[in-house]
Amino acid sequence: MHIAVCVKQVPDTTEVKINMETGTLIRTGVPSIINPYDHFALQTAIGLKKQHGGEVTVISMGPPQARSVIQLGLALGADTGILLTDMAFAGSDTWATSYALSKAVKKTGRVDLVLCGMQAIDGDTAQTGPGIAHQLGIPQITFAENVEIEGKKIKAKRLTDSGYEFVETQSPALATMILPKDYVCSYPSFVDIFESLKKTYHQWTAEDIGADTAFIGLKGSPTHVNRIYPPPQREKAVMVSGSANELVEKLIDILKKEDFLKGVLNHD
Amino acid sequence: MINVSKKCIGCEKCVPICPFAAIQMIDKKAVINEACTLCGACVQVCPVDAIEITREETAIKDFSSYRGVWVFTELEDFHEKNKPSKKLRRVAFELLSEGRKLADELNEELCAVVLTDKNHAFEKELGAYGADKMYLVENPELADYDTDVFSTILISLINRHKPSIALYPATIMGRDLAPRVAASLYVGLTADCTGLSIKDGLLLQSRPAFGGNIMADILSPNSRPQMATVRPNVMKLIEPVPGKQAVVVKEEIKIDKNLRRVKVLERKITHDKAGARIEDAKIIVSGGRGMKTRDKYKYLEELCRILGASLGASRAAVDMGFNEKSHQVGQSGTTVSPKLYLACGISGAVQHIVGMRSSDVIVSINKDPNAPIFNVSKYGIVGDVHEIIPKLTQALKNRLKA
Repeated sequence: MHIAVCVKQVPDTTEVKINMETGTLIRTGVPSIINPYDHFALQTAIGLKKQHGGEVTVISMGPPQARSVIQLGLALGADTGILLTDMAFAGSDTWATSYALSKAVKKTGRVDLVLCGMQAIDGDTAQTGPGIAHQLGIPQITFAENVEIEGKKIKAKRLTDSGYEFVETQSPALATMILPKDYVCSYPSFVDIFESLKKTYHQWTAEDIGADTAFIGLKGSPTHVNRIYPPPQREKAVMVSGSANELVEKLIDILKKEDFLKGVLNHD
Repeated sequence: MINVSKKCIGCEKCVPICPFAAIQMIDKKAVINEACTLCGACVQVCPVDAIEITREETAIKDFSSYRGVWVFTELEDFHEKNKPSKKLRRVAFELLSEGRKLADELNEELCAVVLTDKNHAFEKELGAYGADKMYLVENPELADYDTDVFSTILISLINRHKPSIALYPATIMGRDLAPRVAASLYVGLTADCTGLSIKDGLLLQSRPAFGGNIMADILSPNSRPQMATVRPNVMKLIEPVPGKQAVVVKEEIKIDKNLRRVKVLERKITHDKAGARIEDAKIIVSGGRGMKTRDKYKYLEELCRILGASLGASRAAVDMGFNEKSHQVGQSGTTVSPKLYLACGISGAVQHIVGMRSSDVIVSINKDPNAPIFNVSKYGIVGDVHEIIPKLTQALKNRLKA
């Protein structure tokens, strides 16, 4: 059993603030973290390894400092860590990223299961997982809450637009993970971190994975960023203050004025 | 590649604008490090045009044979006279409303794509919302969505008819399907667009990035179709034109049973009845961390009943166990655009605001006059929700009785 987990280092977007005057990001003090969905994907893979044995490889693409998310993966129990880092990857969109990650997965040898987070919190696209599945020519189970292995079968509970469904497919397959309600995030102990430093870590370039340079980086990306700008701002709110009773009266006036009380007010 | 030329005057304007912290000042010159994603934010702010991104020119392809704006429609199950049936999800009409403008600007056709086991005269509704044509694939194999079956059919339809633009709903189904199609066709796909327009004949796709902290305009100049997903409730509906029908184009496509690789063992419908679903609500009363406890949050339920509203929650409220995730409004929850959004004790984290700012009227109650939620509100009530909500509920009740 070999499970590959694709992870991404992201800025903690909940900590990002915006300077309303200049419209620029206030980045000071914003930590880099592992994408939370990827953290759960890692935990799922390590849980499966505990149950069934085998090996877990954690893979990421990013600048050299993204090594920290690989190291976290190793400390949590992954066996091998791979960081794809090369200026040739810069500017990769989801298509080019899927291509590069799939090349790395292929290079690791036979894979029974590939796990990803459903999306990254800095881009929210949810496109890289299905892209990797296509490049590898394997079935995908997106938005999965759990994944189980029964012999050659991969089983999962996944979210749908009207509820959820239980599905099954043959390995190899790829699943992207949501965060289940009762999810508890686990962190490695000091000993785990110390031990993880002895584990296998590779840093691979585009050449190492045999990537065709026409398909990576800015050149290989079908989407181009044309412009980046601050979100539009609305007109200033009409601010109301006063005693609770005055505020309630005012609120009812507003609701009346905006015509939201038709069913509620059968008089005046 | 990105280069900083000698023109750099060391003004440092590019340093804070970089979303990826990829610019450092070394010897009073901007130096770009490996965290750079070539997004171009710095190029725009540089006052002396010292930063330049050069992309290798790809051979210009001829895309003149690619014409037509396509909307992939999604069906949902419902019961008609106790018989299970299927209807078009509202987001299809939202995408057609937006697609109509694009098609008119390009002087191309607007086409809806329907994959189904049975056509319930969908051409009527689709036509009323602006579709000129309906590409219909009718086959018993299409009763339920399957990634492999649907993507294979869509890829062959696209190869056959060559649309210039293809839009998908950013639902769970759309977000499963569209990237698979894009990966296979090697075309650009932009997720969760909040604005679409035509710029020099290309589809300009605007979307929030970085947790909604910045906006990005995206182009896919070198591949066709240009594909985008749009969340439900983001695009405004046009007035339907009753009686206008889409021309039905039946497509014969053989479906190999072996295509289906993922088997559905069991399916559960857990969502609230249509109407109570938060994305369909006309009025939403939403509570945040300021509601303090689950019990106090639950007091909003009564206000909802009186106003005929659905109950929403911020991420903080969901994290604190006040409500289910399906009620969460925001970037990591559901995007809503009701006629009225009443925010109670919600401070207005960016990720919440991007999920509700397209509401028609936003009224916010918060103790803190500087709460960011007031920046997107039409009316800001500065006060204590725990005093105001019970009094408001009582006052409305009294009026009901009167």
